[in-house]
Amino acid sequence: MTSATPITTDLQPVTGSTRRESAPDGSKKPLHTIALLVRNAPGVLVRVAMVFSRRGYNIESLVVSPGAREGFSRMTVTCSGDPSILSQMIKQLTKLVDVVHTIDHTSTDSFETEIALIKIRCSGEERREILQIAEHFKAKIVDYAAESLILRVYGGSDKLDALIALIPKENIVELVRSGKIVMARALEKT
Amino acid sequence: MEARLPTGAEKLIQCLECEGVEYIFGYSGGAAMPIFDALVDSDIELILVRHEQGAVHMADGYARASGKPGVVLVTSGPGATNTVTGLLTAHMDSVPVIVLTGQTISSMLGKDGFQEADVTGITYAVVKHSYLVKDPADIPRTTREAFHIATTGRPGPVLIDLPKDVTQAPCDAPFVDEVDLPGYSTPTHGDPEAIRQAAGLLSSARRPLLYVGHGAVISNAGKAVVRLAERLRAPIVNTLLGKGAADETHPLHLGMLGMHGTAYANKAVDACDCIMAIGARWDDRITGKLDEFCVGAAKIHIDIDPAEFGKMIQPDVAIAGDARLVVEELIQHVEPSDTREWLEQCQTWRERHPLKYARQGGLRAQHVLDRLNHVTGGNAVITTDVGQHQMWAAQFCLATTNRHWISSGGAGTMGFGFPAALGAQLACPEKKVWAVVGDGGFQMTQAELATAAIHKLPTKCLIINNNFLGMVRQWQELFFENRLSGVDLVGNPDFVKLAQAYGIKAWRIRRSADVDRILSQAHEYDEGPCVVVAEVVKEDNVFPMIPAGSPISGMIIEKPRNPLARPTGST
Repeated sequence: MTSATPITTDLQPVTGSTRRESAPDGSKKPLHTIALLVRNAPGVLVRVAMVFSRRGYNIESLVVSPGAREGFSRMTVTCSGDPSILSQMIKQLTKLVDVVHTIDHTSTDSFETEIALIKIRCSGEERREILQIAEHFKAKIVDYAAESLILRVYGGSDKLDALIALIPKENIVELVRSGKIVMARALEKT
Repeated sequence: MEARLPTGAEKLIQCLECEGVEYIFGYSGGAAMPIFDALVDSDIELILVRHEQGAVHMADGYARASGKPGVVLVTSGPGATNTVTGLLTAHMDSVPVIVLTGQTISSMLGKDGFQEADVTGITYAVVKHSYLVKDPADIPRTTREAFHIATTGRPGPVLIDLPKDVTQAPCDAPFVDEVDLPGYSTPTHGDPEAIRQAAGLLSSARRPLLYVGHGAVISNAGKAVVRLAERLRAPIVNTLLGKGAADETHPLHLGMLGMHGTAYANKAVDACDCIMAIGARWDDRITGKLDEFCVGAAKIHIDIDPAEFGKMIQPDVAIAGDARLVVEELIQHVEPSDTREWLEQCQTWRERHPLKYARQGGLRAQHVLDRLNHVTGGNAVITTDVGQHQMWAAQFCLATTNRHWISSGGAGTMGFGFPAALGAQLACPEKKVWAVVGDGGFQMTQAELATAAIHKLPTKCLIINNNFLGMVRQWQELFFENRLSGVDLVGNPDFVKLAQAYGIKAWRIRRSADVDRILSQAHEYDEGPCVVVAEVVKEDNVFPMIPAGSPISGMIIEKPRNPLARPTGST
């Protein structure tokens, strides 16, 4: 056991801007963003997740929400793993009875965004600096307490990474990111 | 007085009747009692098995022999988990099986109730699709969807988990004809452009080869495949599960390819300049070392499941569609090229490297199976278990008719052969059905002797008894310095007495001279099941053999004198 640290942080340490470039095991596997339209049926999340886990893919983030059509949901999965098996995995996802379609947005022309909530321990001089950073990134202070702030920031994952990297690691008490959501540009299908 | 509404269970059975179900293979239990109760008044015949694994294999054999879905009914908890091996077997080999599992009452789900198991959770990885029914009103729609999904596209098992309160409650939902599955589509006719490209590659090939798999059996593509082969003057090979699609006695047919395929089939695979997979998935038993498989040959892949394209082999042309429809369309577009040299070469290989076995030194399994092929004349349905006997049966029992060869391929499930034969017998009451099994696998599901006896099924069970797990012993001999471990089946029962204990007729073959006589007697015996126990030599090996992970050129045709390196491929 390492010595106890006085600051409570998330179990997963934030490693700044490298977070978006490499897989958790440190290998340089590219991240993929896969959008799925699924039937809102029991078990669909497990079935989708199993396609990833069976092939050794790690899901970095996963967003599930109701779609425009009743009874259907949207899933946006950001994942890392061997790119050579990605296309086969997408076919296997598409093959699931409850999956209407699967689109890999890794390199397509799509708009993507993410939201982060960051709880920062700060007071005095530190606080002024945090507020400056927040202003620069157009982050909103959604909780203003004596010893801490909560910042809400949205935008591309890179922007969120950049903001997080500027805040001293030991001051970040908690970090929650929504995970990326994407939408294809123009009238293309997501 | 108003008529009582049917219960969910009664509705379920009515739905099964609408689907044309003749038999349910099942084993009762608490959570399934409402369904078993509803069966009392139904024309559907219950085949009461002795173990749930046997039920799924029977339904599987029924489905493979008939092309119709097999239906299983078991109870919750252990009843349901006992079906998992059968589900895997059906899933790996794309067999339409419907498994109905009783479940504890809805309010007890997730509370560790008696005989509760998270059955949908346990089975996700081994089903094509599954349902947990929460509302009796969903029963007709769920049943219709389950049959549709199980039987269309690439077939597969579908599980329906039915809590007891759902099957007990009244159900007035109407029957459903149409399914609404926006995420589910199945290709039929192939893309015309891809078909033209494939036809171009086949027509310009000098050494074309047709590689036929289970998809050709399922889509009944065999006759079209033979017509295509005749038009192209191209040889045919088939996988273990592709046996029977195209007549194996046809002069253009080179038999089975792969790990224990014929030498001439494998030499043709290694030398061809264009190979077309027809409902086959380039399994590791077929390709050997992937990097060296058919290097330089054009590869065409016909499959109804697009997820197979590029999984093992990157094809030059992929055609998503029903194998029969695609091959029929291909025939319209191909032009035969000059393949005389190629066919002569294949014929030379056939003559130079025939299948062979020792005629002396005791009773040989190959001899028994060679004679079984003679006795049945290729007209019987043959099921097998898994192991040496399976490979020898595949080599020597030539399949001439679609759905007459039934074997567990992908999963390699020991215990499959005998119950599958009982299911096949129910599907084909007029046909002779032989189960070829080893002494190891047979003992895994031998309790179904009772099922065979009760229903007086005239199925013949040929036990190739070498008192060993022969295939593993063969590997230990060849690759592990003959350090035998976990393969000696000392303690086998006397299988003749075992059969007799169930009131089943049984013969024993000890001498080669008795083979024909006893096999013929068993073949003609139709008063009920019978068992033939062939006491074969303890140690014998299946050749040819391509060690796992080796390229096809590393095929061993006869027992090598020197020790071999351990295989690099899986199992």
